[in-house]
Amino acid sequence: MTPTKPAKWGLRSLALGYLGLLLLAPVGMIFYKTFEHGLGPPIEAMTSPDAVHAIYLTLLMVAIAVPLNTLFGIGCALLLVRHQWKGNAVLDGIINLPFAISPIVVGLSLFLLYGNDGWFGPTLSEWGVQVLFSTPGMVLASVFVSLPFVVREVVPVLQEIGTEQEQAASTLGANGWQTFWRVTLPAIRWGVAYGVVLTTARVLGEFGAVTIVSGSISGKTETLPLFVAKAFEQFNEEAAYAGAIVLALLALTTLLLMSIGGRKTKAQASGPIPITGDVPISTSNAKEGS
Amino acid sequence: MGIAVEGARKRFGDFQALDNVSIDVPDGSLTALLGPSGSGKSTLLRAIAGLETLDAGQVVINGQDATATPAQKREVGFVFQHYAAFKHMTVFGNVAFGLKIRKWDKAKISDRVHELLRLVQLDGLAERYPDQLSGGQRQRMALARALAVEPQVLLLDEPFGALDAKVRKDLRTWLRRLHDEMHVTTIFVTHDQEEAMDVAEQLVVMNEGRVEQSGTADDLYDHPANEFVMSFVGEVNRLGEHFVRPHDMEVVLDPDERTEEAMVQRIVALGFEIRVEFVLGDGTEVWAQLTRSELQKLELREGQIVHLRPGQTKSFNGDGSSPDRQGASTPSGGQGGDDAEVSAAV
Amino acid sequence: MVVLYLSLMVMLPLAAVVAESTSGGLSAFWDSVTGAQSLAALKLTVICSLIVVAINAVFGTIIAWVLVRDDFPGKGAVNAVIDLPFALPTIVAGLTLLTLYGSESPFGINIAFTRVAIVVALCFITLPFVVRAVQPLLMEMDREMEEAATSLGAGGFTVFRRIIFPNLVPGIIAGILLAFARALGEYGSVILISGNIPFDTEVSSVFIRSQIESGNVSGAASVSVVLLAISLALLIGVSLFARSGVHGEKRGVFARIFNRLLSRGGGVGP
Repeated sequence: MTPTKPAKWGLRSLALGYLGLLLLAPVGMIFYKTFEHGLGPPIEAMTSPDAVHAIYLTLLMVAIAVPLNTLFGIGCALLLVRHQWKGNAVLDGIINLPFAISPIVVGLSLFLLYGNDGWFGPTLSEWGVQVLFSTPGMVLASVFVSLPFVVREVVPVLQEIGTEQEQAASTLGANGWQTFWRVTLPAIRWGVAYGVVLTTARVLGEFGAVTIVSGSISGKTETLPLFVAKAFEQFNEEAAYAGAIVLALLALTTLLLMSIGGRKTKAQASGPIPITGDVPISTSNAKEGS
Repeated sequence: MGIAVEGARKRFGDFQALDNVSIDVPDGSLTALLGPSGSGKSTLLRAIAGLETLDAGQVVINGQDATATPAQKREVGFVFQHYAAFKHMTVFGNVAFGLKIRKWDKAKISDRVHELLRLVQLDGLAERYPDQLSGGQRQRMALARALAVEPQVLLLDEPFGALDAKVRKDLRTWLRRLHDEMHVTTIFVTHDQEEAMDVAEQLVVMNEGRVEQSGTADDLYDHPANEFVMSFVGEVNRLGEHFVRPHDMEVVLDPDERTEEAMVQRIVALGFEIRVEFVLGDGTEVWAQLTRSELQKLELREGQIVHLRPGQTKSFNGDGSSPDRQGASTPSGGQGGDDAEVSAAV
Repeated sequence: MVVLYLSLMVMLPLAAVVAESTSGGLSAFWDSVTGAQSLAALKLTVICSLIVVAINAVFGTIIAWVLVRDDFPGKGAVNAVIDLPFALPTIVAGLTLLTLYGSESPFGINIAFTRVAIVVALCFITLPFVVRAVQPLLMEMDREMEEAATSLGAGGFTVFRRIIFPNLVPGIIAGILLAFARALGEYGSVILISGNIPFDTEVSSVFIRSQIESGNVSGAASVSVVLLAISLALLIGVSLFARSGVHGEKRGVFARIFNRLLSRGGGVGP
């Protein structure tokens, strides 16, 4: 359809206007608010002990939850794509669950398991393990909410590459483990990388689930998103905006990696670039070859 | 020695891919598995490679029962239709793969890989990635990769299927010459009878999971075991219960007791060969293959009424409705095929 | 291993919620769910989510169309920005919206602590779903089909209504379902801007939080189970739709789009 010029302009301004008002203006505004009085105040706000600890804790969440979910994600994707068994449909459904569940419900569920009156809470605290209102609980929440990303990224790539390369490897003498390391893993690496980026973004920004299980104790169990919320509620706008900017910058980095990763996975999925004009081979030379 | 498959059966859900298939491939031969899609030919090849497990039957490679041997221990070279190139490795890496798995030392690997790349005429392209190669080059790389490990047998699954006609023809000739030098027992799968006859010494015709007939190209063409083989290997006209090759259709202008009236529908010039399409009195459509000079002699026009005298015909029902006669035009006459009966009646 | 991990991390916690919700018996569960405040919150959540997916179905389709068929400088950047709501932590989203449309709004638009604010916040976080579902369908669409329609005498709008739109329907539906699931459970972006006034601007997730804090854990669990049930029904509906296919050949498209959306980082936000 090639609409008339006015129609085209109308649609374009409608689309851009909506995006501008909904996405760009608010995000631009927060940059303006943060740096309204120069670089000093936000830097000061971000170097306070509580802020530094919040950043540290956020990164710690990433450092634990991302590798766990990456390992799980690759294993689960292989199970889903390469092994046809009856449980696959159920497994596939369960993996999508964290996408569809409110983070608050996730928080509540962990609270019920590991709280003082929870299923495991009393036993664990007898052993001296405190899950709720401390790091383990926050890790569990982060793992829960970011669990599906690697699986969801790797599954289509595995389907796309098919089994031929793996079969070729096995006819060449490679065993299962060798085939995985030398053929399968390199072939899915961009899918895995993309999944890792998404998982990281999700863990960095997780708020709802962590808010319930952490107790949000400043300088102890407060991640950066919790820090932002608390600063705002305590009318410490400077700190809130500064924290938001740090998170927004991380998000923009993610976005950049996402668009690069998206392009890479797409290029990989679309397969080889067909080269036209096949070079004819001279059949006479073959004789001399061996 | 060579490859033998005994009583192979394989079922995918409701689909019987292999139904009691036995074949015997002599050592050092070049054999084609020929059949339409769904005939089980690829399944059979993959079973020989160990990429499919059989429900029943056994695979014997060079005298050893390989039925239970996993693919990676069968020492077969397998070439896939879509190359199965390792996209993240260079051409060198692809060809070296099997040798690295076998823990050869670096210098030896390098020598061997370059030797093979010379053989497949890719020696200048060792550092390229598969994406930077043409289809024909990728297929030659795949062949070099399969040959690198010095397999006992070489298996090719529709190796030229994804290539265009010109490249296909080149690679065909080239594969035959390669085989002449290496003498490794080779089986390749194809649905193209011309390709099979061009390349292979021995053909195995498959249909619906069964072997219909095996033999040389001449055997199959001249003495087809049944209707399927006759119509799959070469062109055929059907006249009631009888089958006749288009080049055995003689066109004459004057009728006699063995001719049938026909109208010229269309004359198609295909270079040296001329394809003339007729419609018979009962509406049957047949065609005859003439040479250019035959056509000129006859001066045929579209719409003209002529007479057709089928030469050697075959019927496979055994109830040969007509007496066993040799057509006048049949050059040397053939002996009957296994189950076929030679007759010359319409 | 995979199954064990999944059970420990996901299934066990959810089982605890379901168990807790019925710990006081079914009638207690029912009372918690149908309590005036929780019912008001549920109603608000569902209605806002419906409005939001309707808005984003329309704008999402327009944006996708502009991104695929239109051409203007900076299109690549606009395309990348669409994913911003997936990448931006929701608390930051809430904060930014509050800054722009709150009491200190430079535009003089103050919608803070109103239901409109909830709709705006949910529009923000669910924006990418329909766009990202429709975009690939538009890109893959055979232009010849439209040219054929034009050559048969169809005008611009007719071509859209009769040719383009029917082909986009699976994408739009997939986008709507996931956006709806996401909007239902949203917490982070709403908490700052809605004001959380019971019976007025308190959505279900905020209500659950307040119940936990006031010690009514089984009440919180009951409402959670309702949200869980809706999410589960949506997921099952989606996969049934994708598998058995109401739309015949479109079902393959739908399954593919759905998978792609999930893999793009859909779902409920941080």
